[in-house]
Amino acid sequence: MLRHLSAKFGLLLGLSLTPITAQAAGDVTEFFLDNGLQVVVIEDDRTPAVTHMMWYRVGAADEPPGISGIAHFLEHLMFKATDDMPSGEFSRVVEANGGSDNAFVSWDYTAFFQRVAADRLGLMMQMEADRMRDLVLDPAEVDTERSVIIEERAQRTDSSAGALFNEQMRAALFLNHPYGIPVIGWRHEMEELTLEHARAFYETWYHPDNAILIVAGDVTADQVRALAEEHYGPIPASSSLPTRARPAEPPHIAERRVIFEDPRVANPYVSIQMLAPVREPGDQAEAAALVYLAELLGGSGQTSLMARTLQIEEQRSLYAAAFYDATSFDPSGFSLINVPVPGVTLEEAEADIWRMVDRFLSEGIDPEHFARIRFQLEAARIYEEDNAQGLARAWGMELATGLSVADIQAWPDVLAAVTPEDVMTAARRLFDDPATVTGYLMREDAPTPPTTPEVSQ
Amino acid sequence: MIRRIAAALIAACLALPAAANIEIEEVTSPGGIEAWLVADDSIPFVALEFWFIGGSTLDRPEARGATYLMMGLLEEGAGDLDAQGFAAAREGLAASFEFDSFRDAVTVSARMLSENRDQAADLLRLALSEPRFDADAIERVRGQVLAIIEGNARDPEEIASATFNALAYGDHPYGAAQEGTAESVAALTREDVLAAHRAALTQARVVVGAAGDITAEELGLLIDRILGDLPTEAPPRPGPADFALEGGVTVVDFPSPQSVAFFGHAGIDRDDPDFFAAFVLNQILGGGGFQSRLMTEVREERGLTYGIGSFLSLADLSPGMLGQFSSSNDLVGEAIAVVKEQWADLAANGVSQDELDAAIRYMTGEYPLRFDGNGTIAGILAAMQSDDIPVDYVTNRNAYVEAVTLEDVRRVAARLMAPDDLHFVVVGQPEGLSPGN
Repeated sequence: MLRHLSAKFGLLLGLSLTPITAQAAGDVTEFFLDNGLQVVVIEDDRTPAVTHMMWYRVGAADEPPGISGIAHFLEHLMFKATDDMPSGEFSRVVEANGGSDNAFVSWDYTAFFQRVAADRLGLMMQMEADRMRDLVLDPAEVDTERSVIIEERAQRTDSSAGALFNEQMRAALFLNHPYGIPVIGWRHEMEELTLEHARAFYETWYHPDNAILIVAGDVTADQVRALAEEHYGPIPASSSLPTRARPAEPPHIAERRVIFEDPRVANPYVSIQMLAPVREPGDQAEAAALVYLAELLGGSGQTSLMARTLQIEEQRSLYAAAFYDATSFDPSGFSLINVPVPGVTLEEAEADIWRMVDRFLSEGIDPEHFARIRFQLEAARIYEEDNAQGLARAWGMELATGLSVADIQAWPDVLAAVTPEDVMTAARRLFDDPATVTGYLMREDAPTPPTTPEVSQ
Repeated sequence: MIRRIAAALIAACLALPAAANIEIEEVTSPGGIEAWLVADDSIPFVALEFWFIGGSTLDRPEARGATYLMMGLLEEGAGDLDAQGFAAAREGLAASFEFDSFRDAVTVSARMLSENRDQAADLLRLALSEPRFDADAIERVRGQVLAIIEGNARDPEEIASATFNALAYGDHPYGAAQEGTAESVAALTREDVLAAHRAALTQARVVVGAAGDITAEELGLLIDRILGDLPTEAPPRPGPADFALEGGVTVVDFPSPQSVAFFGHAGIDRDDPDFFAAFVLNQILGGGGFQSRLMTEVREERGLTYGIGSFLSLADLSPGMLGQFSSSNDLVGEAIAVVKEQWADLAANGVSQDELDAAIRYMTGEYPLRFDGNGTIAGILAAMQSDDIPVDYVTNRNAYVEAVTLEDVRRVAARLMAPDDLHFVVVGQPEGLSPGN
């Protein structure tokens, strides 16, 4: 199957196609500063570089109601002035030192990172510590940056029928939990975000006892400890950190449908989503079984049940897959998607998905297929070691969503211990719930866009 | 696709560090195929890159899209294994094979565990030398290609670059999308696919990069194992392309809140004596990061876009100086004006000493950091060879960049940057923008 196609649809769902998990290596060290800052060091001396990441245990799902997008807006504003540095100086200094820097926000975390020569680590810490507590917000810059994030929403979401569809699907799946609110924010709320909103969010959440420092690369734990004490040690812990308690989902008792028509849709498709448990501290077994379920049912583009039946044998699908993200602070989603070939309706495509689920539940698991998936999960550990920055990111995600170092180090064994019976039990429990969200992404019936675009010169 | 080749080749130029712990070995296999290797046994796998120079521009005009379709079929059955059998075999070894198509090359990226490397190599050999091209696989992948073409026709970024290429290169293979058209792909036959396979995958123009847990001797044997059955002759490549676009604006109507603008004019050859000056110039103009002229003026100062960049396209047959951004329909006109102003400023005045110093400091500072694991290194090694860059470039590259003076950049900016030649293809519903602005 063409990579472009699976990558394209995987991107549409905003999910990665391979499970990202951290290795349980002996060269990982964890310690805490007195002010509560959690520090994790991953040693890898193959390149003279270091990745320095500061993760805050706060994301879009922690936003006060009515100001969606504030977590992401603040992340943008963190690149502006502090009491020691003019606006934009942080990135200029990183570049001047030959490095790269960026940041990202999800529902459960906000992370800032740089990759530089290993001997510049202290400088990165100095600047990161500065903006953790000493950000200075200027009204004119807040206005300009609000325009930038609205442009970002326009580019990432509003310009993409698939992205708009996903946004609607998430909003329908989560009845009460803020996972249903887009990270970028709803446009009408983004337009009203103020400097005061940003300031309040910053003062509430950006403290060392709400943060995780991950350093990966050509450094030793002792070096990192010394530098962290020097630069982050003096920052006091917060006086009142809120507990992260999001409004929980009530039981889902009604099936929901999302129908979205847009002239930009090239390949209509069906998406079925349902709530699913995720990795919990000390309790990761069910999530591990669901990882296997997603792979068996709709992982590989050739050998998964959905792909080999619908794409290859029956030639009814261009693309059929299952998606599950095991790492999340609160229970999240399990998705099934089917892009039918022209001529197969979306109603038929929806029925095909359930036919595959029914077949899985009645026929069970081929032991050879199961063994191949287990081997690939183990091999992924080896391949993941090749990328220090990727490891840092995986560790950060897992810690920021509430897992401990022990949970992370146990995960490979938890995965290896899953049996086919475990998977069938988890599957029955998951698919027993009839209250799914089923979405159709369709072309509009109105005049179709011309195949030769109008070109004026 | 211009951007992908450009990114890969630029990455190649920037990539190899002078770091003491990276050494490139030049290897020649017993069968005479050359490869570059960076050996490192700390992680038990090897990353391999095979780049077959020629690519989708080798398509016969009557069979546009054949190379692209063929590369999509290589993993769909080989030897005695049908599509599922091949996939199961590959998954059982936890190997990964990625087959990709570009205008100037088709590429194979492979990762193999040390513990089963020979079996993985045999499987890859089968895919490259004995693909089945079964009728049902052809129909299935043809359907996928048609879906991609359909999707591209509704993707403003794809429309922008495709329109630009068609206007710039006309009938030359660069003027056509490598996927082909709905009509041309519907008409492709199994013979077309076989012909594309014979033309694109040969030993004659292959470059090989390898990184990871393997010795030079083992690599030589592995390469012959994988490539030894391929033909030794390759067909000629098309000649250079003339850049036929003049300055101006082309608007493609597309309903969307944003417009995508793809812009540029002719560029500079990789082996031009002024190449490094142009390279530094582009870094200042719109290379990565937030400090570039374009990002500063268009995003930071005026909030007109989420991202804007420029790049030197080093496409083998026609270099370009190109860029892209997206803006809301009501802002794109202003953004274009700002881009043209900056272009004119650089052409007339060059850059400041501060800008030059910052660019050189960044480029030389980040160079040793480019190594980002075996997979990246292997790709860099292949890209360098495909561009005829010698191994010792690794040691000299920073010196070339540091040698660029303010006067060099001024001269090259005056020579290269022609604001009146800039053509903007704008896909969207830009307000207040009439063609010919």
